[in-house]
Amino acid sequence: MNFLTELREGLLISWSAIRANKLRSVLTTLGIVIGILTVTLMGTAIEGLNRSFVNSISSISTDVLYVSRQNWLIMSRQDWLQSQKNPKVTLPEFEAVQRNMTLAAAVVPVANVNEPVKYHKRGSSSISVFGTTEQYPATSGLTVASGRFLSAAECDSGRPVCVIGFDMATNLFRNESPLGEKISIAGHEFEIVGVLEKEGESSYNDDNAAIVPLQQYLYTFQHVPEYTIQVKAKNIDQIDDTKEELRAVLRRFRHIAPGDPDNFAINQQDQFLELFHRVAGTIGLVGLFITGLALFVGGIGIMNIMFVSVAERTREIGVRKAIGAKRRTILLQFLIEAACICLIGGVIAILIAWPATLVMQKAMPATLSPMIVGTALLVSALTGVLSGFFPAWRAARMNPVDALRNE
Amino acid sequence: MSLIRLQKISRRYQMGTEIVHALREVTLDIQRGEYVAIMGPSGSGKSTLMNLLGCLDTPTGGTYELNGSHVSELDDNQLAEIRNREIGFIFQTFNLLPRSDALRNVELPLVYAGIPAGERRQIALAKLASVGLADRVHHKPNELSGGQRQRVAVARALVNKPSILLADEPTGNLDSKTGVEILALFEELSRQGHTIIVVTHEEAVARHSRRIIRIRDGLIASDEPVVK
Repeated sequence: MNFLTELREGLLISWSAIRANKLRSVLTTLGIVIGILTVTLMGTAIEGLNRSFVNSISSISTDVLYVSRQNWLIMSRQDWLQSQKNPKVTLPEFEAVQRNMTLAAAVVPVANVNEPVKYHKRGSSSISVFGTTEQYPATSGLTVASGRFLSAAECDSGRPVCVIGFDMATNLFRNESPLGEKISIAGHEFEIVGVLEKEGESSYNDDNAAIVPLQQYLYTFQHVPEYTIQVKAKNIDQIDDTKEELRAVLRRFRHIAPGDPDNFAINQQDQFLELFHRVAGTIGLVGLFITGLALFVGGIGIMNIMFVSVAERTREIGVRKAIGAKRRTILLQFLIEAACICLIGGVIAILIAWPATLVMQKAMPATLSPMIVGTALLVSALTGVLSGFFPAWRAARMNPVDALRNE
Repeated sequence: MSLIRLQKISRRYQMGTEIVHALREVTLDIQRGEYVAIMGPSGSGKSTLMNLLGCLDTPTGGTYELNGSHVSELDDNQLAEIRNREIGFIFQTFNLLPRSDALRNVELPLVYAGIPAGERRQIALAKLASVGLADRVHHKPNELSGGQRQRVAVARALVNKPSILLADEPTGNLDSKTGVEILALFEELSRQGHTIIVVTHEEAVARHSRRIIRIRDGLIASDEPVVK
C-alpha cells in the first residue's frame, strides 16, 4: 500500500475516531487552542514591538554617522563618568572633518537648543531650534513641503531666516501660509522660508522644530554650543570604513596618543538596532518559552488522550493487524489522529488570534502575518506528531495475539 | 505439496519464572481444500496452534511452511503481509470495527492490500452479496444481528481470496439456529474449494468438518477423518 493511500485511510479513520469522541476531542483540542493562541499572540506582539521600534528610529538614516560628546547608549555608570570627561565637539573639529574626509558625501554641524516661539498671539513654550547649514537635508533626509530650505548664502551670512516643521506650521498658522511670515524665537525675529514635510511616526522627528542658519544660531542663542557632526557616507557599503576614517581624523585633530581611548563618540542607527534586538530577543525568548509551556501542557494532554485512545482500541488494533495492517500503518493512523486534533486546535487558535490581534493594534503595529499563521499551524501539527508518537509507537508494536485477547 | 506443513513446532511462554510449553514439537500437514477441526480443552494449546497457523505468533522452535513460504523466519511486517494475503480470520466475537459499516469492514483487508478504492468497493459488495447481505451493506455492526455480523466477518475473511479460512469458535456467540446457518455456509465454502480450519471445543461443530485434530497438553492426541 503506498504512502498516499495510507495517508488518506489514516485521515478517514482519524476523522471517524475524533467524531466518535466529540467531548473528549473538544477538551483535548482546547489545551492546544490555548497553547497555540498564546504562542501566536506572543509572536505577533514581538513582531509588533519590532516594527514600532524600527518606525521610531526610521528618521535616523542608516548611512549617517553622528559625532557627539556622548554615546547615545550609555550602558554603565563607568561609561557615563568617562563620557562626562570628554571635551565638547567644536566647530574647528567640524571644519577638520569636512576638510579631511574622503569617504563622506556630506558633513553637517548641528547645534540644538529648546526655545519658546511666538507668532502674534499664538505660541509654544518650547520648540527645538537647530542651527545648521544648507547641507542638513542631505544627512537628515528631510524634504521641504513648501518654500525652500536654507540657502548657502543665508547660511554663510547668517541671515535671520528659518525652516519650520510641519506640526509647528499647522499649530502657528491655522489657515494662512507661513511662508514669508515672521515668527519670534526667544524674542528674535526669523522669517520663514520653508515648511518641512511631516515625518510622523518617528520619535526623533523635526515636526516641531525650527531650523536656522548656524551663524545666526551662534549669534542669537548659544555662542559655544555643543555640536553634533553628522557625516553621511558616500556609500552605505563603506559605512565601516567611513567610520574608521572619521575616527582617525578626529583622533589626529585631538592629538590622542595611539592606544588611548577615544574621547568622543561616533553614533549610528545600528547601535539602537543592536541594543533593541538584544533586548527584544531576550523578551522574545522568555515570552515564547513561557507561552511554549502552555503549548507543552497541551501536548501532554494530547499524549495522555492518545494513550487512552490506544488502550481503548487495543482490540481494534489487534483486528487491523490480524487482517494485514503493518506497524507503519498503525503508527501512521494514530499519528495522523494526534496531528489532526492539534491542527484543528491550531486553526481554532488562529481564528481567535485574528480578532485579538485587531485589539492589539490599538497599542502597537501588530499584524497576524502569514508567517506567523504558517508557523502556528506547523507547530500545532508538529506538537501532535511529537506527543502522539509515543502512544502511536506503543500501538504499532502491539502483539496481535495479546491485542485480540484484550477485552 | 501440502498447503500447510508444520515440522516439530514448539511454542514456549515465559510466565514469571516458569516456562510453559504450550506446544511440544507438533508436526502436522494440511492439504489444500481440506476442512479441518482442531479440538481440545482449554489450556491444551489449541489457541496457540491457531495463532501460529494464522501467523499471529511465531514459534520458538520448528518450521512452518505456508503455501511454499517459510513463515517461521519472517518479521512482523512480512507476517502482516502473509496474514493479509493468505489468511482469512473469523473470530468468536466477530471483531468487526464498530464505527464502520459492513461495506467498510469488508473493504479493510483490500485497503491494506493496496487495492484502489473503486475496485475495492466492487469486490467488497460482491462478497457481501455472496453471504446474503446485499441489502445490509451500509449497516453498522450494532444494527446487525449476531448471524449477520458473523456473515460480514466471513465476507471480510474471504475478500482477499486467502489460502486458509481460520475460524476460532465461529458459533460460540451465536444461538444454535444461527450457528447451524454459519456452519452451512462453511460447508458451502468447503465445497467451493476453500481450505477451512475451525478451532472449537464443541463436538457438534467439529463433526461438520472432514478431519478432527485433537490437542492435549501441547501434543496431537489424535488426528482422524470424520466418519459420516
